[in-house]
Amino acid sequence: MTRIIVTGFRMHFKMMSRSGLELLATIAWPLVYATIAYYLYKRGHSPDALLSVSLGATVMGIWTMITISAGNAIARQRRLGVLEIVVAAPTPFVLVLAPVTLAAAATGVYSFASTILWGRLLFGIPIRIASPLLFAVALPAAILAIGMLGLLLASVLVLYRGARALADALEYPVWLVCGLLIPLSTLPKETRPISWALAPTWGVDAIRAGALGGDTLRYVGMCCLVSVVYVCLAVAFLVRFERLARRSATLSLT
Amino acid sequence: MTTLRDDTAHFVRVFFVGGYYSFRALFEWLSPWLYVPTLMVTPLFQILFFVYLGRSAHVGTDAFYVVGNALVAMCIATFFGIGFALDGERESQTLATIVGSPANRVALFSGRALPVAVNGIFVAACSFALSSLLLNVAVPPAAVGPLLVTVLVAAASTAGLGFVIGSFGLRYRSLGIVANLFLALMLVFTGANVPRAQLPQWMQVVGDGLPLTRTIEAARALVAGASLSHVADLLLVELALGIGYAIAGFGLLGWFERQARRAAVLDIF
Repeated sequence: MTRIIVTGFRMHFKMMSRSGLELLATIAWPLVYATIAYYLYKRGHSPDALLSVSLGATVMGIWTMITISAGNAIARQRRLGVLEIVVAAPTPFVLVLAPVTLAAAATGVYSFASTILWGRLLFGIPIRIASPLLFAVALPAAILAIGMLGLLLASVLVLYRGARALADALEYPVWLVCGLLIPLSTLPKETRPISWALAPTWGVDAIRAGALGGDTLRYVGMCCLVSVVYVCLAVAFLVRFERLARRSATLSLT
Repeated sequence: MTTLRDDTAHFVRVFFVGGYYSFRALFEWLSPWLYVPTLMVTPLFQILFFVYLGRSAHVGTDAFYVVGNALVAMCIATFFGIGFALDGERESQTLATIVGSPANRVALFSGRALPVAVNGIFVAACSFALSSLLLNVAVPPAAVGPLLVTVLVAAASTAGLGFVIGSFGLRYRSLGIVANLFLALMLVFTGANVPRAQLPQWMQVVGDGLPLTRTIEAARALVAGASLSHVADLLLVELALGIGYAIAGFGLLGWFERQARRAAVLDIF
C-alpha cells in the first residue's frame, strides 16, 4: 500500500510540475489574488497582516490545484478509456486516487514559495516565521488535509459527467467560506459550520499560527482529524459508487 | 464566375450557419450540467468573494465589486469560448479541413465569435442581476438601458481580444494558459477589484490598453446615476479599442494560419 501511494505520489507530482496549466494555477493565480489583496489591504495594515494574506493565497493555490485534480482525476481516465481497467485491477481504487490529490495539494509548496517571494520582492513584506519547526509541521498537515478533501471530492464525482466543471465551480465558494483572504468574522454566522467542515479553514489557520504565532498544534490536530474523516467517507463513497457503476455498467458514462 | 451577390450569400451563410453549428457542437459548456456551474455559479461566487474582500479591507462599496466582476465574468465566455471553438476544431480533427476550405476567414471566425459574445452578455447580465438582488445593490431604473449599451460595447471589445487569444489556438496547444493569463490581467489591471487610483502608474497604463477598463468605469458611473451622454466618450474609446483588437486578432489568425500550414502543425495535440 505504501509503495503504491509513494510511487503514485512521485509520478503525479512530477507530471504536475511539468504541466504549464497546472503550474499557472499553482504559481501565477495565487499571485493575482495576493496582488489584489495587497493593494486593498496595504493601507493601515501591519506587515504581519500582509504576510497573512500571502499565506492565505498559498492555500488558495493548493485548493485550486485540488479542484483541477479532483475534477480531472477520473475524467481523464474515463476519456482515455482506462477507467474500467483501473477499477477492475486488484489495487483498491482509493489507492489510485489518493496520490493524485495528495500530489496536487503538495504542489502548494510552489504557491507558498511564489507568494512569499512576490510579497517580499514587490511589496517589501518581511518574511518572519515565528516558529520554523511548528511551521514545518503545519504546512504538510495542511497539505495532507486539503489533499484528503480532494480525495473525497473526487470520490463523489465518480458518477458525474461534468466533474471538472463542478469541481471548478467550488473554487471561489471554498476560498470565500474558509477565510483564506477574508476574516471569517466578516461572513454571515450561518456559514461557520461549513467553514469548520472544510480542511482549508484548519490548514490556513495551522500555517498562519506556525508563521505568525498561535496554537499551531491545535490546528494541526484538526487537520489530522478532518483528514481521517475525509478518508473514511471517500472509501465509503468509492465502494458504493463503484458497485453502482459496475452493476449498471456505466463507468464510461458514454 | 461568382457575382457579388453570391459572395455576400456565402459570407452570410458561413457567418451565421457556421457560427451556429460551431457553437452547438463545440461550446464546451452548452449542457446545463456544465453551463450552470461554470457560467452562473462561478461568476456569482467571484462577485461575493470580492465584495467580502472589499468589505474586510474597507475599500469600495458592494456596487463597485458587483459591477467590476459582472463585466469580468463576460471574459470567461468570450476568451475561453472563442479560443475553445478553435481548439475544439482541432480536437475533433476538423481544423485542417476548415483552414483548407476557401471560406472567407472573417466570416468563418467572426461567425464563431457572435454566439459566444451574445452568451457573454447573458452571463454578465445574470451575474449582475443575481448579485445585485443578493447584496441589495440598487440600480436606478433609468440606468438599465444605458447599462445594456455598456454591456454590448464590453462584449464587442472583449470579443476583439478573444480573437487575439483564439488565434494562438491555430498554432499552440496550451490555449487555456493564454486565456487564463489574460483573465488574470483583467482582474488586476482593469480596476475591476482595485480602484485604479490605488494602482501604480505603470499598472494604470497597462489597464488603459485593456478592454473593460472604460466600460467598468462607465457602468459604475451609470449605477451611481450618471447619464449615457456622460459616459459616451468612454464607450466610444472602448469600442475603438475592441475594433483594434479584432483587427489585430484577424491579422494574427492569418499569420498563425500561414505558420501552421508551413510547419504542418494544425493537428498537434
